[in-house]
Amino acid sequence: MRRKNLLLSGWGRFPSAKSDAFRPEKLSEIAACLRDGDGSILARGAGRSYGDQALNSAGAVVLTERLDRFLSLETEGSTSTLTVEAGISLSAIQRLLIPRGLMLPVSPGTGFATVGGAIANDIHGKNHDADGSFGAHVAWIDLLTASGDVRRLTPDETPRDFWATVGGAGLTGIILAAALRLLKIPSNAVALREERMPDLAAFLNGLRAARAAARFSVGWIDALASGDRIGRGILETADLSAEGVAITPRKAKAIPLNLPTFCLSRSSVTLFNAAYYHRIPRAGRQSLRAIEDFLYPLDALAHWNRLYGKLGFSQFQAVLPDDAAETGLRALLNAVGQGGTASFLAVLKTLGAEGSGLLSFPQPGFTLALDLPRRAETEALLARLEAITLDHGGRIYLAKDSALSAAGFARMYPRLAEFQAIAAEMDPVGRFASDQSRRLNLRGA
Amino acid sequence: MADRTWLILGASSPIARAFARLVAGQGARLVLAGRDTDDLNRSAADLRLRGATAVVVESFDAEDSASLDALAASLPRHASPGGLDVFLAFGLMPEQKAMEADPALAARCLTATFLGAAHLLLAIAPMLEAGRAGRVIVLGSVAGDRGRFSNYVYGSAKAGLAAFCSGLRARLYRSGVTLTFAKPGFLDTGMTWGLPGIFYAESPERAATTLLRAALKGKEVLYVPGFWALIMLIIRSVPEKIFKKLSI
Repeated sequence: MRRKNLLLSGWGRFPSAKSDAFRPEKLSEIAACLRDGDGSILARGAGRSYGDQALNSAGAVVLTERLDRFLSLETEGSTSTLTVEAGISLSAIQRLLIPRGLMLPVSPGTGFATVGGAIANDIHGKNHDADGSFGAHVAWIDLLTASGDVRRLTPDETPRDFWATVGGAGLTGIILAAALRLLKIPSNAVALREERMPDLAAFLNGLRAARAAARFSVGWIDALASGDRIGRGILETADLSAEGVAITPRKAKAIPLNLPTFCLSRSSVTLFNAAYYHRIPRAGRQSLRAIEDFLYPLDALAHWNRLYGKLGFSQFQAVLPDDAAETGLRALLNAVGQGGTASFLAVLKTLGAEGSGLLSFPQPGFTLALDLPRRAETEALLARLEAITLDHGGRIYLAKDSALSAAGFARMYPRLAEFQAIAAEMDPVGRFASDQSRRLNLRGA
Repeated sequence: MADRTWLILGASSPIARAFARLVAGQGARLVLAGRDTDDLNRSAADLRLRGATAVVVESFDAEDSASLDALAASLPRHASPGGLDVFLAFGLMPEQKAMEADPALAARCLTATFLGAAHLLLAIAPMLEAGRAGRVIVLGSVAGDRGRFSNYVYGSAKAGLAAFCSGLRARLYRSGVTLTFAKPGFLDTGMTWGLPGIFYAESPERAATTLLRAALKGKEVLYVPGFWALIMLIIRSVPEKIFKKLSI
């Protein structure tokens, strides 16, 4: 298999690193990538994790983008199951399913992510309290292991290997295919309610109430508001709607090039965030929205990461337990506000019960995600945010991370040692690694 | 398109896969033919879910004339009332150096790329003539425009295929069937991935869209992407005296 040397980065475009890349066209060619490489290797899907998770500058990556086929769609009793190759995007799946009255039960904020990436990060959506994370709906995974064998992992027969692979950041093997249990939907739309939340306390109350009252909920916070207004924003809650909407094909807009950094000055972003807040009438509003538009709002704007210029940005996402959430979130938002860099809207959501993935991110509490444009002080700010997260018993999400310390990570993920032991059984020679796994020592000593 | 059957020859290749997806989305029936039937069965499942009215898989080996006849003989079973369309995308391109060292390997390249294609097209031609409406797309190559130092064995096979298709086009014309001979430059596939000197490689999806549009218009010959017409005009115009000194 021929390799191509590519400059790769995550969606945040920081850090970037040169790496050899294989791009198999068929499943039968993937095993050859594993045989032909001698160093470490890592599957890379759409490159939609933000930091260095899908980079492997010390070895090679296997691009899974050409392994994007539907393999079957079956209904047995009341359960429908879709089988796909791992490189297919979640959007492609939703486009197939939604007209058939089905959807993926769990989706992140972008439909461009692949199934392989969704499993490797055990991603969550705006409905974690109701539906859990992605891994909870996976019936089996076909995994190419370090020995070159393809193993079918299931939660019943191979729970250890399955739950090390779900959320395992690609470090147990290369996910080739998976079977996904689907959600029945009454129409192609959600009934959406949007309300202004004047401050953080109101926001947390609103989200808490939404946990039981709505299937989906997400908050958009103006991360530059300060003083009394800290934590103000828009709360969106939604439920599957019986009534559908007419779909007009979205005209994809794109950011054509890297914006110069002055476009993201503090004043311009403050204006944008304020406008976003005041867009919703004081009394709130209700509407029907197409499911894809609701789940993937930013996908309508291709290359939106160019908004942050060529320096890129770091994304930060942490979850804090319920009881520590208000003080912890206030501390995080204060640190960001004082950081001097302009952050666009931040996202605030609730998470429900912890799943079984050993390195899965979700734990009960409130999760805050925000973009930090890369500047000289970003590194220090991220270290500060890590410390605040640790102080409040929270954890940071591997899919977003580019800056955590190995010690900090180990404190956040108590099942790390268990993961390392299983990964060592599955891949004794340590073939599977990433820039992130080396930085955080995920594979252990 | 639901009443027509597209026969995709060499259906595992990225361009053929992209083409099959394109016509599946329009409801076509498909026959996927190739060597790797495991892979084709996966593609068949994919294409059914993407809208194909029916998909069957047939295996054949372009170097084995008995398997070519068997494939041709199987087609009346699959062809729909609306008739048969053909997308031919198979060939064998070993490294030129390896073929220079091993004439038997060169013979395999010529057999699969030219003889196999000609054999199969002759075997299918009567069905196409009887249908009186088919579209045939044959993938040639810019390599067939002139025998070059670096790629003349494969190039000569595609040049032979070009001449063959020119005559076959005239024959089929009399039955209302069109033949579109496409000459791709660089396509973004495993053949070009990681090769030095690739300045622009067209995505298989874009190439497939271009090919379908050209075939529906009955276009005779085209380069994909189109700017290769200019490059090949220049390459064809270089006098042999100079051309023989070039190592392209």
